[in-house]
Amino acid sequence: MIHVSTTVNGDAREFLCDPRETLLDVLRDRLELTGAKEGCGTGDCGACTVVLDGRPVCSCLVLAAEAQGHEIGTVEGVSDGEDLHPLQRKFIEHAALQCGICTPGILVAAKALLERDPDPSETEVRYWLAGNLCRCTGYDKIVRAVLDAASEMREAT
Amino acid sequence: MRYHTPSSFEDASAIAAAATGVTRFLAGGTDVLVQLRSDLVTPDDLIDIKQIAGVRDITRRDDGSWRIGAAVSGAELAEHEALIAEWPGVVEALELIGSTQIQARCTLAGNLCNGSPAADSVPAMIAAGATVNVVGPEGTREIAVEDVPTGPGMTSLRPGEVVSAVNLPARGESGGDAYLRFIPRTEMDIAVVGAGVSLSRDGDTITAARVALGAVAPTVLLVEEAGAALVGSALDDMALAALAKAAEAACRPISDKRGTVEFRTHVAGVLARRAARIAYDRAGV
Repeated sequence: MIHVSTTVNGDAREFLCDPRETLLDVLRDRLELTGAKEGCGTGDCGACTVVLDGRPVCSCLVLAAEAQGHEIGTVEGVSDGEDLHPLQRKFIEHAALQCGICTPGILVAAKALLERDPDPSETEVRYWLAGNLCRCTGYDKIVRAVLDAASEMREAT
Repeated sequence: MRYHTPSSFEDASAIAAAATGVTRFLAGGTDVLVQLRSDLVTPDDLIDIKQIAGVRDITRRDDGSWRIGAAVSGAELAEHEALIAEWPGVVEALELIGSTQIQARCTLAGNLCNGSPAADSVPAMIAAGATVNVVGPEGTREIAVEDVPTGPGMTSLRPGEVVSAVNLPARGESGGDAYLRFIPRTEMDIAVVGAGVSLSRDGDTITAARVALGAVAPTVLLVEEAGAALVGSALDDMALAALAKAAEAACRPISDKRGTVEFRTHVAGVLARRAARIAYDRAGV
């Protein structure tokens, strides 16, 4: 077993893991953070998206041992306690989800986009989220929700 | 599986050289971990190179050449304005691979060592005249990128050898490069054909040119005849026709679900022409 010290959603966390365990496995099974979902398990669908040092990654394609000394952010860290992030509120308002399996990954990826670019175009949103598959919504409501959240966040600052 | 985090490439090479089972080096993991997860390749020793100093550095040397560490990600490359200004084709080729999430991890060195004939960044690196630094049990060597792939999933790297960095030559005055690929959609697909072109101009005249093609043979190809077809021309229609003919003549593709032999051969000529035009315009700025 490998001993790993890392930071998850701002909190220092330690765990023991097998070298073959992915970051997704450890988040879900050892740290009880079940927000990130396993869709494909091969980096195609984005349901397991978390941020690693500020960049969205598929946590199914990161070994847990690689997290040593790095900062991880998951969907559990998107809201401020009970106060939903503007993206989360807009996803509800626009009904930008149905089954919800893709939603945590999309929220994490979209938040990383808006931190880089507070005013993305629709095309930029669609390309940025091209690695987050959704089989329910047809994407339109998701893109509208992200653009609306960006607009609200710009007005608030 | 044993997971190693050496602090030097010499140590990484020594671990690999001493290993008796299946060994893989881990940079971004976008191929290695997919193979691990799919039970295609289960390494006995997995050697993570990301704790080695300088492995994520992009450095412009005094002579204008570049060193890109083996673990520099596509996202890091795509944010480096000075590199984009000199080698936009190499950057756009790596940037085409996968999603935002894959970009945060994928690397030039990994794309090369994975050995896919459809690897997007490899034609761009070959066109650019890139080399890789290799550390092995018998010391270090520098080899041309076109000499690395030997077949699908195979490379000329010897047991215990590891790529430590990618080198791009000095761009020089009036040079430009470009990479184009054909896929049947706009994002997130594997090249049916890829074409990289790098050239230098003296006024309107092309003084040097290199052309490389992907996904049309068991390895990415450097097509010397295609580059030669451009040299001395001002990229007129005759030169472009000669370029396309040379590109088509070099193709030895397979037919599969993504394209037939005839289609791939035709598209190779079309993409070589289009990439040459973009490289030529970039060289003129």
